[in-house]
Amino acid sequence: MISATSFCGVEFGNPLILASGVWGSAASSLARAVENGAGGVTVKSLSLAPRAGHPNPTMVGTKTYFLNAVGLSNPGIEAGKEELRRYKELAAAPLIGSIFAGTADEFAQLAAAVSVSPIDLIELDLSCPNVGREFGEPFAYSAAAIGAITRQVKSATRVPVSVKLSPNAWNIAGLAAAAEAAGADAITAVNTVSGMAINVRARSPVLHNKQGGVSGPALFPLALKCVYDIYERVRIPIIGTGGVTTGEDALAMIMAGATLVGIGSAVYYRGAEVFKKIRAEMEGIMAEEGIKTLDEIRGAAHRACP
Amino acid sequence: MDSPLLLPIARVQPENAQAKTLYFDHALHSQPGQFVMAWLPGIDQKPFSVAYDNGREFGFTVFPVGPLSQALVSLQPGDRVGITGPYGHPFSVKKDRHYITIGGGYGAGPLALLAERAAAAGAQVDFCLGAKTEGLLLFAQRVKTVPNLRVHIATDDGSLGRRGYVTEILEELLLETGAQTRLIAACGPELMEKKVLDLCNEHDVECEISLERYTKCGFGVCGQCCVDPLGIRMCVEGPVVDRETANRISEFGAYHRDKSGTKIRY
Ligand SMILES: Cc1cc2nc3c(=O)[nH]c(=O)nc-3n(C[C@H](O)[C@H](O)[C@H](O)COP(=O)(O)OP(=O)(O)OC[C@H]3O[C@@H](n4cnc5c(N)ncnc54)[C@H](O)[C@@H]3O)c2cc1C
Ligand SMILES: Cc1cc2nc3c(=O)[nH]c(=O)nc-3n(C[C@H](O)[C@H](O)[C@H](O)COP(=O)(O)O)c2cc1C
Repeated sequence: MISATSFCGVEFGNPLILASGVWGSAASSLARAVENGAGGVTVKSLSLAPRAGHPNPTMVGTKTYFLNAVGLSNPGIEAGKEELRRYKELAAAPLIGSIFAGTADEFAQLAAAVSVSPIDLIELDLSCPNVGREFGEPFAYSAAAIGAITRQVKSATRVPVSVKLSPNAWNIAGLAAAAEAAGADAITAVNTVSGMAINVRARSPVLHNKQGGVSGPALFPLALKCVYDIYERVRIPIIGTGGVTTGEDALAMIMAGATLVGIGSAVYYRGAEVFKKIRAEMEGIMAEEGIKTLDEIRGAAHRACP
Repeated sequence: MDSPLLLPIARVQPENAQAKTLYFDHALHSQPGQFVMAWLPGIDQKPFSVAYDNGREFGFTVFPVGPLSQALVSLQPGDRVGITGPYGHPFSVKKDRHYITIGGGYGAGPLALLAERAAAAGAQVDFCLGAKTEGLLLFAQRVKTVPNLRVHIATDDGSLGRRGYVTEILEELLLETGAQTRLIAACGPELMEKKVLDLCNEHDVECEISLERYTKCGFGVCGQCCVDPLGIRMCVEGPVVDRETANRISEFGAYHRDKSGTKIRY
């Protein structure tokens, strides 16, 4: 039923992959997602130098939304490369190397550095909403910035590149087109949407960073529309990420046009076995609906009767 | 909901030369070895092991070592702390066991709670407590009222009890009889815990060890506290792990990861 999915020439055992930042950057942690049924994994975004991230609270979980402002903590590219190498000793599933930097030059430098690791795809995190004080507004709001960074990264690496976009941008499909025009091999949509939680009794934002990124169920309909719009504008494949919590959500993402489906906050809602659970639910619906392959339904929502 | 609940401090109990226990009138429903996340707005939020929980009131004990812990010990009754939890995999409470608990530093908190619960269930307890010096011992008096419990003390400077390491007491107790029902429970500095694990392997005794790693979310999402090579999360599958699991954690006693994920050797 659910079989291997080819994405940018890379074979994923199944289309459900771990989204960047959930379960961090340690090889052992990423490999455990594969043990639990993930078809591939994305490492937490790596930067040139180690970053401690924001003080706690960095995460809030509620029934309807998840909120985080981790502040892109990571051990830096040198230690990160060691984790990526180690991952391939522990697991066979494809590995996506997410990178994050403050300038196009640094992005190119990081892309070159990470490309010596056994990664199958590079993901450019241009869309983190939680480090504005340090870096200004995300590159993912500007077609010019997306174009410049993508071009420079593409000339620094031969590994396929996916550009990760933000649902905060009003014109995400146009921005995806800018990435495609600059040579991107794929689009990851979406990162978290900017948000906040206030503890009324403390009269204070809960996150130390005050603002954060909303993910989980509340993000799902926004992410779905982003993927739907992007699919209409570009020919390159899409990793559909954002609020996918059930098999039904994952199938909807694929019907909107996604080839791979990113799973992040659902780890919070469904536990470590989330990948197996979502896969079983997808197969249940596929059996009921007589769907034989995912290729058959990819983009199906675009072909629905008006 | 994993969003902080602002609870007023009911009372503050100084425990020794440094540590204080903060008590809250709140039914936490925790098990020994679990922790809460404690948040002070604008400062930080970190894990603290539950040291006391009678079903109506709970407390945790804080040693002031940095910004958050210093701020916590300076609070007064009525001041509020944002609490989430309880989290984590606890020690097991079994009535048919002879517990030997080995504690250092704030590790004595969860172990005192374990000793109380295990004794109430009918177990026998040897409570071994270590510190640099007498003034830093924690809960030596509290556990004296627990039935079927013997207290053993070691201090580095010999100011109270045996001069030396608390693990030396364990070595002696392990030579006593009753091997089949013994359950060793440890919580304290990692190198102490590693010594406990080695001794339990040597004598082939069941043990449970609380292994702490830098914790961010506390509920299994961020991956910060996972351990090599298993990838299990010390905030969900831990902090308390059994002997078999501890033996498979290659970083135990060797290194841990800091806030950025950088490996730090012991
Ligand atoms: C599962 C778990 C349970 C915990 N339970 C307790 C508890 O019951 N009581 C408690 O006081 N703390 C406990 N801690 C530690 C606590 O979460 C904080 O790390 C500690 O209070 C220091 O935080 P800080 O922000 O005040 O200082 P930081 O700025 O983090 O630390 C200041 C300095 O002290 C050092 N340091 C950090 N922690 C300790 C320590 N425990 N002993 C000695 N030096 C240290 C640091 O390396 C640093 O150099 C627990 C940690 C974990 C993971
Ligand atoms: C705790 C946490 C940390 C994250 N860290 C990153 C990151 O480092 N880089 C990145 O590109 N996205 C990061 N994200 C965003 C996710 O990869 C994903 O795009 C988003 O959470 C939406 O998916 P979800 O609803 O399935 O979680 C993070 C999300 C969470 C919840």
